[in-house]
Amino acid sequence: MQYHTPSSFNEAVAISNSSAGLIKYLAGGTDLLVQLKIGNKPPDHLVDIKNIPGVRDVILRKDGGYTIGAAVSGAQLTGHKKLSNEWPGLVEGMELVGSAQIQSRATLVGNLCNGSPAADSVPGMIAAGASVSVINSFGVKDILVKDIPTGPGSTSLEDGDLVTAINLPKRNKYEGDAYLRFIPRTEMDIAVVGCAVNLSLENGVIAAAKVVLGAVGPRMIIAHAAADCLIGTKLGENILSSFSSECSRIARPISDKRGSEEFRKDIIGVIAKRAATKAYARALGNN
Amino acid sequence: MNKIHVKTNINGDRVEFLADPRETLLDCLRDHIGLTGSKEGCGTGDCGACSCIFDGDLVSSCLVLGVEAEGKLIETIEGMAGEDDLHPLQKKFIEMAALQCGFCTPGILIAAKALLDRNNNPTENDVRYWLAGNLCRCTGYDKIIKAVMATAKEMRETA
Amino acid sequence: MAKDEIAREFQYIGTRPNRPDGFDKVTGRAKYGADVSAVGMLHAAVLRSPYAHARIKYINCEKAAKLSGVKAIVTRDDFPIVKDEDTLKLLENTIAGDFAYYDGHAIAAVAATSVFAAKEAIKQIEVDYEVLPHVIDVDEAIQPDAPVVRENAGDFSVPEGSSPNVASYIEFGRGDISSGFDKADLVKSGRFKTEAAHQGYIEPHACMAQLDHNGQGEMWVCTQGHWYIRQMCAAVLGLESSKLCVTPSEIGGGFGGKTTIFIEPLALALSKKTGGRPVKIVMSRAEVLRATGPTASASMDVKIGMTKDGYITSGSVEFRMQGGAFGGSPVGEALQCAFASYNMPAVHHIGYDILANRPRAAAYRAPGSPMAAYAVESLIDEICTDLNLDPIDVRLKNAVKEGDKSSYGPKFKKIGLIETLKATKDHPNYSLSLGVNQGRGVAAGYWMNHGGETSVSVSLAEDGSVNVTVGTPDIGGSRASIALMTAETYGIPYDSVSVNIAETGALGFNEPTHGSRATLASGKAVYEAANQTISEMCRRVARKWQIDPDAVYWEKGYAKPAGPNAGDFSPISIKQIASEMDKTGGPIAGHHEASISGVGHSFGVHIADVEVDPETGRVTVLRYLVVQDAGRAIHPSYVEGQFQGGAVQGIGWALNEEYVYGADGCLQNAAFLDYRIPVASDLPNIDTIIVEVPNPDHPFGVRGVGETGIAPPLPALANAVTAATKVRLRSLPMSPAKVLKAIKTGSDGC
Repeated sequence: MQYHTPSSFNEAVAISNSSAGLIKYLAGGTDLLVQLKIGNKPPDHLVDIKNIPGVRDVILRKDGGYTIGAAVSGAQLTGHKKLSNEWPGLVEGMELVGSAQIQSRATLVGNLCNGSPAADSVPGMIAAGASVSVINSFGVKDILVKDIPTGPGSTSLEDGDLVTAINLPKRNKYEGDAYLRFIPRTEMDIAVVGCAVNLSLENGVIAAAKVVLGAVGPRMIIAHAAADCLIGTKLGENILSSFSSECSRIARPISDKRGSEEFRKDIIGVIAKRAATKAYARALGNN
Repeated sequence: MNKIHVKTNINGDRVEFLADPRETLLDCLRDHIGLTGSKEGCGTGDCGACSCIFDGDLVSSCLVLGVEAEGKLIETIEGMAGEDDLHPLQKKFIEMAALQCGFCTPGILIAAKALLDRNNNPTENDVRYWLAGNLCRCTGYDKIIKAVMATAKEMRETA
Repeated sequence: MAKDEIAREFQYIGTRPNRPDGFDKVTGRAKYGADVSAVGMLHAAVLRSPYAHARIKYINCEKAAKLSGVKAIVTRDDFPIVKDEDTLKLLENTIAGDFAYYDGHAIAAVAATSVFAAKEAIKQIEVDYEVLPHVIDVDEAIQPDAPVVRENAGDFSVPEGSSPNVASYIEFGRGDISSGFDKADLVKSGRFKTEAAHQGYIEPHACMAQLDHNGQGEMWVCTQGHWYIRQMCAAVLGLESSKLCVTPSEIGGGFGGKTTIFIEPLALALSKKTGGRPVKIVMSRAEVLRATGPTASASMDVKIGMTKDGYITSGSVEFRMQGGAFGGSPVGEALQCAFASYNMPAVHHIGYDILANRPRAAAYRAPGSPMAAYAVESLIDEICTDLNLDPIDVRLKNAVKEGDKSSYGPKFKKIGLIETLKATKDHPNYSLSLGVNQGRGVAAGYWMNHGGETSVSVSLAEDGSVNVTVGTPDIGGSRASIALMTAETYGIPYDSVSVNIAETGALGFNEPTHGSRATLASGKAVYEAANQTISEMCRRVARKWQIDPDAVYWEKGYAKPAGPNAGDFSPISIKQIASEMDKTGGPIAGHHEASISGVGHSFGVHIADVEVDPETGRVTVLRYLVVQDAGRAIHPSYVEGQFQGGAVQGIGWALNEEYVYGADGCLQNAAFLDYRIPVASDLPNIDTIIVEVPNPDHPFGVRGVGETGIAPPLPALANAVTAATKVRLRSLPMSPAKVLKAIKTGSDGC
């Protein structure tokens, strides 16, 4: 395995294009090193992006949205007061990944590119309408986060593509998001199910909603019909009940060592309604 | 496999070593530098026994490559005590019997120190969640949490 | 003489000084199994079976041997033929012969100049496997048509017509259980199942070994018992025991799982093949979970009869346990513990030790007791609910006391179950009010404890300080306890005593730190050895004073005249005696070897309060109390530590821990990510009460305390979940999915 420390994105892409064999990019390493430990073949080239200027920066763009560098850690995100206030759901999704030790290193980009259907930060990113900036030898492009995961362990990114940053849209007033997951312990587990809800209110009534289900399908599920349940309402027991049923209906989980299909279908609705409740409270301006 | 010459700073000392790029920071600390205080309990970031401070951040050193240590400041359990005395956490742990076999203790002490360095008045819940990444099988955590809380109190009072 | 008195008030015992190895353990200086290296050291990796059951047709190491850095490869052919049945089982488990019996079974091992080279080499070893049918579940394994795990596994005890996977059979009891059930107002039965759990020590097995062609060898190893390791390695490799020197490292947890051999003979065999180079093997976490010694899984049938005012009339159990492919599940101990807390007018036990294609079970903290407690204490709880009786009152009515005949035979000497039950009932936790979806569970537990072979020595240093040498590795603070007992015996400061754990060559045989015996047995032996030196010191002082040795006695660090008739002499300190010892007769030292008896049983009672989320089945432990009889708490902080540690292991076992096998018989959760032990945020404080009903057979009243604590949590939590949900869970762990299903359907389908 050869280890590279490029000092620019162009240099990173150039290394990628001129090298033979399997190439992987390294940000936090909290997935890659685990995979090496359990016996996966090491890549032929490991390109460490952490020396590239800007990768650890959180920038507020002129249009009011945030751009988060590819090596920004979960701990950094949590510590960014303003971003955490605007996007608590997105941040709490990332914050749930692993221990305090993992948080110092793990990144949104890494969590996304690892391609796990149970990734905790991805539902929140999709619900927020986030996109990623991707550079390759042809130039730079923007891809919506929802279009990145293609199945367990795989993404739509091609050889040579390097994600440079996550872009969030501008946050408006009376908008709120939340992410909840179910795990058997209180920490340190992979999500059995997860749900992100992003709401936009007008006069306290839900005007727009994005509901994204995690760990209940080969990719995150954008639950359109479930989101529609919420439009024009202020939630309430009946609404939440039909919302919950709709999330269960659309979920397509498998049975594995972390949960049976039956159990996942049972509780995705519960987690979704709790996430919706939280997002709504935040959108109203309560925390 | 060509080795890489790494120059770094560990516990205030300038250190150099040759690392196979596949080796973790934990491997390098233990096998090349002789700092065996950080332990491997799992190798996959689930147990925290390898906890170190890496440029000010609490990390699991089994999930950092040795070659990433270039130019960084690393603090391990071996550097936690002062020249004249143990760190207040180390003293409290002994006093309050917050260790039994002692294997998880270095990782827990490093993690607890990282907490108290950023929050000198944590609640019990703060401590329990911060230490969720440090597994202990002997103590049931009770005396560990009490020792961290007691140290925080003592450090606030003497500050 | 101080020796003949059991002192009522102590100067050092019962205090909480700093443990002597504390400094090393909080600074990272203490050396554990993987913390050593040596010049010329090689690293080893082990090739393990990917199949649950397979015939090994051939192994070809040619390609692997040619890799750069590879210095030696061993397979079963490198081990001697062994005839003794017990040794053969050990050898078979250490390295497969004709068959791989479980996923992870060691097939071959490689020593190379780096871990990377060794791991690459094992990938290049070619093995031709013929995959065979396997069986995992204990109730499937006992069926007559189950796949046969090993031929001719049954011993003389197995009834004719039993399944070929029954390795042994136990039956014992007394009284007429049928008429006992007839006398009952309520007879209830139930089937309860538990899954295998791993001890979960954070330190993986590790050793560094060296063996030359003359059979001279050395090993550094993390172990609970280095004499056992020496004996087992010698047996399996055909070595002369005294030529193998085994030094115990500090140990990062054991709980019974490090009382036997796994990788150690492999390291020795590899070393011999390289001409004596040191070989280090460190297991990965996945290897630890797959291929060391988890405890058994169990399926248990219980039947109990009780009168409406709460007296047990009769009880019977049938326990089926699998201990892996070589037998040895703790079914016998489980049966002993099943009704041990109760006066049984009539009782009957049947037990089956059953084979399955799973790793060879090792001891896990009170082996068998937690499973038995889960079954019996859950059923008693059900009966209490049906009869509307208080669970502690019922236990008090039936509790065994001194003079009672135990359910498994011997009469109890002085024991503290009643005191423990009373202390539990009186504790404020028992009457705290609970909210919605919350429930409280109570349960009792028992462990016999163990004495066993012990060999220690004690010697005086010239400045009056004392060296104590024992053979029991310090897992949880026993150095401190032994130092306290020594300090108490001599009447010298705790800091003047230095406790060492010596290698195998330095002392006679010592059983491991298991069976809750370190403080009890090493302590008792040190007491005897120390008293030998005290007698010698009194003799020397008597000679100095020219009086009869009987006229000198020892008190609080001084030799004193026994009375005014002995003479008007000033007391002489241990310091002074020691400073003159070269002139008065030479070194002053004592030793004691014995199979220590006089073990005291330890009973515990726990209260668990839980809250269950009715929509997800997740159980949160709100409050937890351990009440247990320690006999005498030498160092109360470390006694509390044992109570708390055992309770939390039990909580993990009850709520989340289990071995998950796929249809292919391979372990699916071989990592701490999915083998879920409790983390700090999962738990509340674990409150403790130390009850002291001194053991009359120990100079300081000590009862072993380390093990009992893991038994009550399984039923206490089950009873609490039932109280919160009104449904009885009859299988563990009570994972959220199981609890949710039980809530929704009104039963757990078991």
